[in-house]
Amino acid sequence: MNTELTGIILMYLLLLVTAIPLGWYIGKVFSNEKTWLDGIFNPLDKLFFKVGGINTTKEMNWKQHLLALLTINLFWFLIAMFVLTNMSWLPLNPDANPSMSADLAFNTTVSFISNTNLQHYSGETGMSYLGQLVLMLFQFISAGCGMAICAMVFFAMKDKSTGNPVNFYVLFVKSCTRILFPLALLLALVFVLNGMPMTFEGKDTITTLQGDTVHVSRGPVAAFVAIKQIGTNGGGFFGPNSAHPFENPSYFTNIIETVSILLIPIAMIFALGYILKRKRLAYTIFGVMTIGFFLLLIPTIFNEIKGNPAIMQMGINQNLGSMEGKEIRFGSAASAYWAINTTVTSNGSVNAMHDSLTPLSGMFAMLGMMVNAFFGGVGVGFLNFYIFIILAVFISGLMVGRTPEFLGKKIEAREMKIAMIIALLHPLLILTGTAISSFLYAGNPTAYAGWLNNPGYHGFSEMLYEFSSSSANNGSGFEGLGDNSPFWNIACGIVMLLARYLPIIGPVAIAGILSNKKYIPESAGTLKTDTATFGLMVFAVIAIVAALSFFPALALGPIAEHFMLKP
Amino acid sequence: MKTHIFPAIRLTAICFIFFCGLYTLIVWGFAQLVPNKGKGETFTANNKTYYTNIAQKFNQDKYFWSRPSAVDYNAAGAGGSNKGPSNPDYLAQVQARIDSFMVHNPGIKKADIPADIVTASGSGLDPDISIQAAKAQAQRIASIRQIPVTAIEEVITKNTKQPLLGLFGPASINVLQLNLALDALANNK
Repeated sequence: MNTELTGIILMYLLLLVTAIPLGWYIGKVFSNEKTWLDGIFNPLDKLFFKVGGINTTKEMNWKQHLLALLTINLFWFLIAMFVLTNMSWLPLNPDANPSMSADLAFNTTVSFISNTNLQHYSGETGMSYLGQLVLMLFQFISAGCGMAICAMVFFAMKDKSTGNPVNFYVLFVKSCTRILFPLALLLALVFVLNGMPMTFEGKDTITTLQGDTVHVSRGPVAAFVAIKQIGTNGGGFFGPNSAHPFENPSYFTNIIETVSILLIPIAMIFALGYILKRKRLAYTIFGVMTIGFFLLLIPTIFNEIKGNPAIMQMGINQNLGSMEGKEIRFGSAASAYWAINTTVTSNGSVNAMHDSLTPLSGMFAMLGMMVNAFFGGVGVGFLNFYIFIILAVFISGLMVGRTPEFLGKKIEAREMKIAMIIALLHPLLILTGTAISSFLYAGNPTAYAGWLNNPGYHGFSEMLYEFSSSSANNGSGFEGLGDNSPFWNIACGIVMLLARYLPIIGPVAIAGILSNKKYIPESAGTLKTDTATFGLMVFAVIAIVAALSFFPALALGPIAEHFMLKP
Repeated sequence: MKTHIFPAIRLTAICFIFFCGLYTLIVWGFAQLVPNKGKGETFTANNKTYYTNIAQKFNQDKYFWSRPSAVDYNAAGAGGSNKGPSNPDYLAQVQARIDSFMVHNPGIKKADIPADIVTASGSGLDPDISIQAAKAQAQRIASIRQIPVTAIEEVITKNTKQPLLGLFGPASINVLQLNLALDALANNK
């Protein structure tokens, strides 16, 4: 067990030493400064701009940014719908997998354009290789979109214009080619070297040592898994995601995959510090997020190592921890570490089945998604945190009786209204969705018997988790839920759509409005936003919003189950 | 909106060519250079090809058993049980696995049965078991194959994969390789 804990420490240290320099690099890329990769990427970007017909010198305001983002996303929606509903006759389908039904295709399409990657299908039986490759494309471009829009907000926060025009398409292309592509390629090559499949051949058939005949699904896995991990996407090639031995063959690949989950979300914070030339602000934000992360992480590791008390009562020792739904090559501690990494970001890939986590661990995983601002998805995670900063600035301003200001700009009623709507949207979507599904299930348990894989409190948790995951654009699941049915496909699809685009529109609008306001130079009376005190304030706002909104629901699910299990 | 439609279409087209096409080709091309050409890690034993990382079903008493699988070791439809820790049906199933393990391994103490051999893995294809799970089966295999327990334990030790660099992660044993080593031991006797 000790080596399992040292493994976690190694993963965290590796994360820090890679994420901070990457943050500086991202800052340079967005600020148009020289980097050592320019020799390759300058001509490549030029090609993208030329083919795309993009005028890179055109400055876009925040409304044009949103319009560009929504237009390109609408176009992606149409393409994905077409491919997913026609896979069966399109090329690259060696296993002769079927096309998707309309409701499942709607869910999957929304899921992948919104960077959620909730999967109500299993890759082995529900997806052709062409479908997988198109979904892989969306894992690049949906992540690129998030980073581009986040960079736009960074620039809007600057007090002076940089001289470089801020253009959505330029930021988007650079995010994809200069940040996501090299990282994904590097990871994919490492994965190939470590035994991850990368082939276009269909299923293989083998005879086992005992003499059974077994079919083995394969595919272009390595390329897919790399971008899945790096872009906080999380959509797996196979049903069990990174628990599958082909998606995560060894403890070594598990280290690499785990580190890549948080890599860009952390790097974006340091990119913010670099672009704004406000290192202290970046450290404050990083500090708040890190504290939140550890508060969720430590009890989860503790609970998973301790094992399942009900099985302990049967006389089976729990030295290995809770092993249901986990793999021996990772062990319970590394699986717990992954579970929190994947839920505080909007990654949603898993290396253990979350449905089988012990109750409190399941709750902390849900809390990570309910807060959705401790790191969060690439780009959009910071936008969620930005909303909490605005709320904290406003509340602090009221407490000391001054007009609230953030980075020299006055926060007034209009911005506050937008911030409040966005902050309340997330609980509204999760709780309303869970309430409706619980109402349906309770009203007619026989008709909906296929929904829940577990009775009682845990069944309620399955529904609560699904909506939390959809609304946080996370994509992991308590996979026992019978979710490939019209209700779940459509309900989760709608939640993912609203939860992706409104929390982008809101912060972009606030940042856009603020950047047009007059800059007020700092004075002795200015609220300092890069101090520990302010960090604590932001943390308190997050904790109060999350705890007040979600505590009752959590009490009905994981907390009740925990006390039921107590010996 | 009109001004954004054409950039959207053209940009998506080049992204498709680059990220679906070129990126995939580079990775695929690289895979052709590594052993087994990116078709998953395999090895050959007794003229048969096996996947190193994909669990096989072992339920005969003369072999070390794999961990229970919720999908019956179906490598074309992997998955976990997704049973919650408090589910009564699930706990009954674990109890049944414990009882069955004790019947097949007479004389074993309940406290020596590790959790991994009575719980289903995440993928249903976990190729490994813990060291304890191998040791708990040593006596059964020794008496069926009529090999001294010490020889079995030697095979277990020889096939143990230590933590990464001896420092990180759990130790484990690949069941397939362990069983092949066991067969080799029996043939050489």
